[in-house]
Amino acid sequence: MSQRTLELEVLRYDPEQDSEPHFQQYSVPCREDWAILDALNYVKENLDTTLSYRWSCHMMVCGSCGMMINGEPVLTCKTFVRDLPDTVRVEPLANFPIERDLVVVLDDVMEKLQRAQLWIIRQDPPPVDHEFTQSRGALQKFKQYTMCINCMCCYAACPQYALDKEFIGPAVLALAHRYNRDSRDQGQSERLNTLADHDGVWQCSFVGACSEVCPKHVDPAAAIQQMKVDGAIEWWKQRLPGSKR
Amino acid sequence: MKMERIEADVVIVGAGGAGLRAAIAIAQSDPQLVIALISKVYPMRSHTCAAEGGAAGVKGADDSLELHFNDTVSGGDWLCDQDVVEYFVRQAPLELIQLEHWGCPWSRAEDGSVAVRSFGGMKKQRTWFAADKSGFHILHTLFQTSLQFPTIRRFDEFFALELLHKDGNCRGAVAMEMRSGRFFSFHAPAVILATGGAGQVFPFTTNGAIKTGDGMAMAYRAGVPLKDMEFVQYHPTGLPGTGILLTEACRGEGGILVNKNGYRYLQDYGMGPETPIGQPVFKTMELGPRDRLSQAFWHEQKKGNTVETPWGDCVLLDMRHLGEKKIDERLPLVRELATYYVGHDPVTDPVPVRPVVHFMMGGIDSNLNGETPMPGLFAIGETSCSGLHGANRLGSNSLTELLVSGKRTAQRAAGYAKETGRHAEDGAVTAQADAVVKGVRDLLLQTGDQSLAGVRRAMRTTMEEGAGIYRDEAGTRATCEKIAELRGRCGAIEVNDKSNVFNTDLHQTLELFNLLDVAETVAEASLQRRESRGAHQRLDHTERDDENFLKHSLAFRQDGGRPRIEWLDVTITRSQPGVRDYSGGKKE
Repeated sequence: MSQRTLELEVLRYDPEQDSEPHFQQYSVPCREDWAILDALNYVKENLDTTLSYRWSCHMMVCGSCGMMINGEPVLTCKTFVRDLPDTVRVEPLANFPIERDLVVVLDDVMEKLQRAQLWIIRQDPPPVDHEFTQSRGALQKFKQYTMCINCMCCYAACPQYALDKEFIGPAVLALAHRYNRDSRDQGQSERLNTLADHDGVWQCSFVGACSEVCPKHVDPAAAIQQMKVDGAIEWWKQRLPGSKR
Repeated sequence: MKMERIEADVVIVGAGGAGLRAAIAIAQSDPQLVIALISKVYPMRSHTCAAEGGAAGVKGADDSLELHFNDTVSGGDWLCDQDVVEYFVRQAPLELIQLEHWGCPWSRAEDGSVAVRSFGGMKKQRTWFAADKSGFHILHTLFQTSLQFPTIRRFDEFFALELLHKDGNCRGAVAMEMRSGRFFSFHAPAVILATGGAGQVFPFTTNGAIKTGDGMAMAYRAGVPLKDMEFVQYHPTGLPGTGILLTEACRGEGGILVNKNGYRYLQDYGMGPETPIGQPVFKTMELGPRDRLSQAFWHEQKKGNTVETPWGDCVLLDMRHLGEKKIDERLPLVRELATYYVGHDPVTDPVPVRPVVHFMMGGIDSNLNGETPMPGLFAIGETSCSGLHGANRLGSNSLTELLVSGKRTAQRAAGYAKETGRHAEDGAVTAQADAVVKGVRDLLLQTGDQSLAGVRRAMRTTMEEGAGIYRDEAGTRATCEKIAELRGRCGAIEVNDKSNVFNTDLHQTLELFNLLDVAETVAEASLQRRESRGAHQRLDHTERDDENFLKHSLAFRQDGGRPRIEWLDVTITRSQPGVRDYSGGKKE
């Protein structure tokens, strides 16, 4: 397997030592089939044990290892040496406070996941001792939006979130939409009451950066546009004569 | 700095599938109970997310609980505790339906019911699946569902260090907040360990970086034995180089395994005769159990029948005959992983694969209720060993285990917590917690010439050599001695990073200590089980020996020495040990 030395410029920041973040350079002998995460692991094992970053599965599913690679928010386990130039800049995900080195503070999105009511809401009880019937077509209506691994690359790409941290943001809205579109769920109006207001879908300016960077092809931008329509319909429904409101 | 003190009714360590299922069960059963859910990662990072193929539970009219029971017990080479298996197969379908009601996006059959697929060692189609991301969807469904319960108080990115106990009863745990380095003592009458497996003991594993046996090691250090640790499952189809799992569903859907001559070699290892390509037959050939398939690879390699690749010797997993449509519908992640990591698209190429460490059948000694020998301490999921899997786990039984054991143990633990009540602040327990903190502070001051990565690498190498697919007396003994030596070297590891903030140098050093605890039990139990059964194969004791070894091993920690092994009878209710038949009914 061919090898190549990459110059990694890695953002370092220890709040106990540093007044502000700075870059540190590492020369890493890489195999072309490595992911950039492997190069970071090489640094950690052989060059500098003090470098901190999150990772676990190394198979594109746990969502831990999102970082900025040459300015793009990506999963480092899904970004390969073979596709990168000789110099690679590694930074923590944009739009989040830095906790330490490449580790960002996720409190804000964790709170938003909670707020969005990402669970099945039922008015009627579910069937007894067997599953709901759900056609393949009905599954397809929301399946794509279940693929979100919460890596938060979309928040790092979102220009609106960059401007206003009150914006609920792409991943959480896509997940809320996933439940709204699930034939087993009866909680759409409850959810839209929270999410179709000014911090919710209407803040999205439909740049679509979230969908471009999504490593799992979730397409949050489409979800948000569909939610705008749903939200508008819901608004009228709740104002019709005889509605519960 | 004073330690922060948290009071709860139940402490759960680990927020993967098992921990989340348990937390939800407690929250639903009694909203008065406060649950402290501790995890060193955010719950959705837990390794449950990496499970692909699916979760087993009887579904079809042609299937029965008895058949699932029989498959599990014979698959486990009769080392299963049959009372546990009976309960498991009964609850399995109910738990999978519960998950469906919570929104799990299971793949569907034409009629809109949940679809099931074939899996290794299973006589019927009973594996519920969500394409090939079943574990991911199960984990996220449980995590999102758990968000609605205010009594589940999460402590995300808290690194659990040790259990607290008094007079033989578990009283809580000590953990470190990773973002601040602050120490917290958690106090509760009931503690549930749900920390998953320990694949990182080995050099080549499907397990994520976080699978370092933390719960097993904490229990072991607190005097609780680890059971059946010699039984380490190699999954037969890992990607070379990275060890990334390619699910058994590849074969369940009809993929075949061939050697360098294009020959389906499994027929030479008691799993033939050959079945037609694309028409898999239950319990034979590619649908044999994982232990047998991984062992067959070892023999093929010895015979020189494997394919050389840049990442070492492999066999080929051929799925081309499934066609692009089926692969995209049923195995999209497999396609993506194989294409990205080894450059082989399964639609057009056979994919090189080799056996890879995947699952610990062994774990913290526990029973049907998740109770351990220490009152107040419970264990669930992969970190536990309830006796469900015996000497070899069947694929898709473990995702279901998370749910079944999670729920049942939660109820037991909640009952125990209510009966016992919260304890008043106690000087002896506080002193114990202080000692844990001092241990970590001393570690940060330790100096020496050993490196974390060096000791870890040496551990993994010796484990592969002495406790791999095939073992023998001399090799395994050498590994036991090597692990003891590496333990000694830990006293000279210097943690270079002194920061309080997200200090992964420190976390990884603590994880290494846990790995070494687990490693010594795996090696010692492998040495002392002088027979071959399931995933434990001895070149010098090639037969199963029911007279002497139809028993669980229990590894107890010994201060300053290698572990002590004791033996415990297996619970047999209705299936006496017999012959494992993977001839597809040809021998029956």
